[in-house]
Amino acid sequence: MGAQPLLKIENLVKHFHVRLGAFGERAATVHALDDVSLDILEGETLSLVGESGCGKSTTGFTILNLHRATSGKVVYKGQDLTALDEKRMRPFRRDLQIVFQDPYSTLNPRMTVGEAIGEPIFFHKLATKAELEKKVTALLTDVGLPPRFASRYPHELSGGQRQRVVIARALACQPKFIVCDEAISALDVSIQAQIINLLLDLQEKYGLTYLFIAHDLAVVRHISTRVGVMYLGRLAELASRDALFETPLHPYTKALLSAVPETDPAHERSRKRQILEGDVPSPLAPPAGCRFHTRCPIAMEVCRRVVPKWKEARPGHLVACHAVNGE
Amino acid sequence: MMSAKTEKRLLDVKGLTVEIETRRGPAVVVDGIDLHVDKGETLGVVGESGCGKSLTMLSLMRLLPNKIRVAKGKARFDGRDLQTMSNRELRKVRGGDIGFVFQDPMTSLNPVMRIGDQLAEPLIYLRGMSRKQARARAVELLRLVGIPGSEERIQAYPHELSGGMRQRVMIAIGLACEPKLLIADEPTTALDVTIQAQIVDLVKGLREKLGMSVVWITHDLALIAGLVDRVVVLYAGTVVEDAPVDELYANPQHPYTRGLLASIPKLSDAPASRLNSIGGTPPEPGRRPEGCPFAPRCPLAMDICRTHVPKLEPISAAGSHRAACFAVEKAREAA
Ligand SMILES: Nc1ncnc2c1ncn2[C@@H]1O[C@H](COP(=O)(O)OP(=O)(O)OP(=O)(O)O)[C@@H](O)[C@H]1O
Ligand SMILES: Nc1ncnc2c1ncn2[C@@H]1O[C@H](COP(=O)(O)OP(=O)(O)OP(=O)(O)O)[C@@H](O)[C@H]1O
Ligand code: SF4
Ligand code: SF4
Ligand SMILES: [Mg+2]
Ligand SMILES: [Mg+2]
Repeated sequence: MGAQPLLKIENLVKHFHVRLGAFGERAATVHALDDVSLDILEGETLSLVGESGCGKSTTGFTILNLHRATSGKVVYKGQDLTALDEKRMRPFRRDLQIVFQDPYSTLNPRMTVGEAIGEPIFFHKLATKAELEKKVTALLTDVGLPPRFASRYPHELSGGQRQRVVIARALACQPKFIVCDEAISALDVSIQAQIINLLLDLQEKYGLTYLFIAHDLAVVRHISTRVGVMYLGRLAELASRDALFETPLHPYTKALLSAVPETDPAHERSRKRQILEGDVPSPLAPPAGCRFHTRCPIAMEVCRRVVPKWKEARPGHLVACHAVNGE
Repeated sequence: MMSAKTEKRLLDVKGLTVEIETRRGPAVVVDGIDLHVDKGETLGVVGESGCGKSLTMLSLMRLLPNKIRVAKGKARFDGRDLQTMSNRELRKVRGGDIGFVFQDPMTSLNPVMRIGDQLAEPLIYLRGMSRKQARARAVELLRLVGIPGSEERIQAYPHELSGGMRQRVMIAIGLACEPKLLIADEPTTALDVTIQAQIVDLVKGLREKLGMSVVWITHDLALIAGLVDRVVVLYAGTVVEDAPVDELYANPQHPYTRGLLASIPKLSDAPASRLNSIGGTPPEPGRRPEGCPFAPRCPLAMDICRTHVPKLEPISAAGSHRAACFAVEKAREAA
């Protein structure tokens, strides 16, 4: 039983080199992603959650070879994508799509909505010229926009409308895998629900696989097959949705789950969240050992020195923590 | 009594109407909105994507893009008229007494300027700080919004930051001059719950310390539950409901508000594969139906709804809860 891996990610590392100091005289390294290994299974929705800046977008970008990996592998159809230049990457681009976190910067301001959505269809020859308009119309309708929007320019749209154009564009070339980077967080709940339902329908129909990056844990719980939790560039925990929400093992996951707001004003005002002590350490100089040790309520001596191993604590439930015993 | 009331009013918007120039003539996007914010009050503005939240906010600051203009209405801030104020005066208010957080960080941050300088600029020009003071304050502000290693990070360019960090830089810029009013447009969409909580606590703290007022534009009804005093619900450029926050969540009246609250996924829900959503799409500006703008999607729509526009009327004796809906009116009359 069990689905086949669509993508195998092995020890993936991404470091950014930046310059600091008033005149940029000091070089420094941002440890955005360190030693991440995971399989993304065919037909699943794997969600990635974790604090802002922990490396979720970097993971998505590096998997798609939009950022060049510092080291490690991403294997798709037997091919290590990290070894490909843009030209050799091209045949894979149609299969592997991304909905960026920042919709404005991804749409060409001089292209109408219809052109933006039609371009990948045209480029990959997925429709004749005559069919193109119909396709664009169908995609716009799917994301809850009136077909007339095809003639508008990106700046003539509201934030949430732009976001939906980017989603329609990613769906246009009938991909196998989509990285949805905060793809629905700029949308109101009703449209969010509509898009989630659409993504789920497409998954059912075409066996699409999603890497879903989101901070809204309620949404994540609704749509995920499995959930991965990141902290400061490393994976802390990865498990099936139910295992993660019901029996989280990692101390960071537990803290994260305690912070979800609810729509009850009185309760919300009086509630004490388990706000983590201490600041998030800088990825320019991540702590040695377990990166979470500076804020972990149960940190031990060993945590300061030794990086906890990425291990299977229970069947299918992976975790990196010295306090959790393997089976 | 009357004068005491006007004094505590910080922002007062009356009949704000915004039009877009289209090939078929002007189309109304914001349709006669009334809004007010008292000193120290926090107002939540919610509504579906495209309902006119951002354009409302931009029009207050006279930052509307080409081909979009304020056709009618008045906006007073601290006793002064924002629409007739000279550009020079306005520049001092913008980013000074009124702090702004724009929805789209990548378009409002300068891509070729270090974020430390972008933070320091208003402090130097509007608050008369020295470079050194402004720099120290910039570091402090970044720390307050939870950006780790803020001494180093002020050197970063926007593209070197994560999406959520950019959003927090925007919040820091909005708060830099300790404004009397903070207008924040979807300021935390890219932030995870722990940092959202931190930002909410920071804003609450400043509200207490400085008596700052806040307009928080959002689609996240859960987040603002613990932050705002009052909520205004917009639909297709009009206010459809307006109530104190507890009242709105406990006793939503307008069918649109009810649909909105019912679509929120909750962590405590059993995981389900499909979510509730309000069927249909909102009308576009210039193509709004006659009568109630929500009628085509409303489960309670009656004949009158398709011909007449419901007015925003008080539904409680105290008058603090208002809704624009014929069904609500009818139910109250029947009771
Ligand atoms: N420059 C423009 N030209 C034409 N139409 C525009 C322009 N800017 C905005 N609009 C339209 O005006 C309406 C209101 O836009 P606005 O940006 O205020 O929405 P919003 O409520 O902020 O939505 P969101 O939650 O998606 O950000 C939308 O339907 C949008 O398509
Ligand atoms: N081009 C770049 N140059 C330098 N540093 C970068 C660059 N892109 C990202 N970083 C850094 O890498 C780290 C991880 O960023 P990433 O965008 O992956 O975070 P994220 O988890 O997606 O956060 P968010 O939830 O805020 O979007 C951050 O510290 C960020 O500042
Ligand atoms: S390894 Fe140690 S510091 Fe890290 S999460 Fe586990 S107990 Fe806490
Ligand atoms: S006025 Fe009529 S159509 Fe509009 S919300 Fe009320 S019942 Fe529905
Ligand atoms: Mg990101
Ligand atoms: Mg907006």
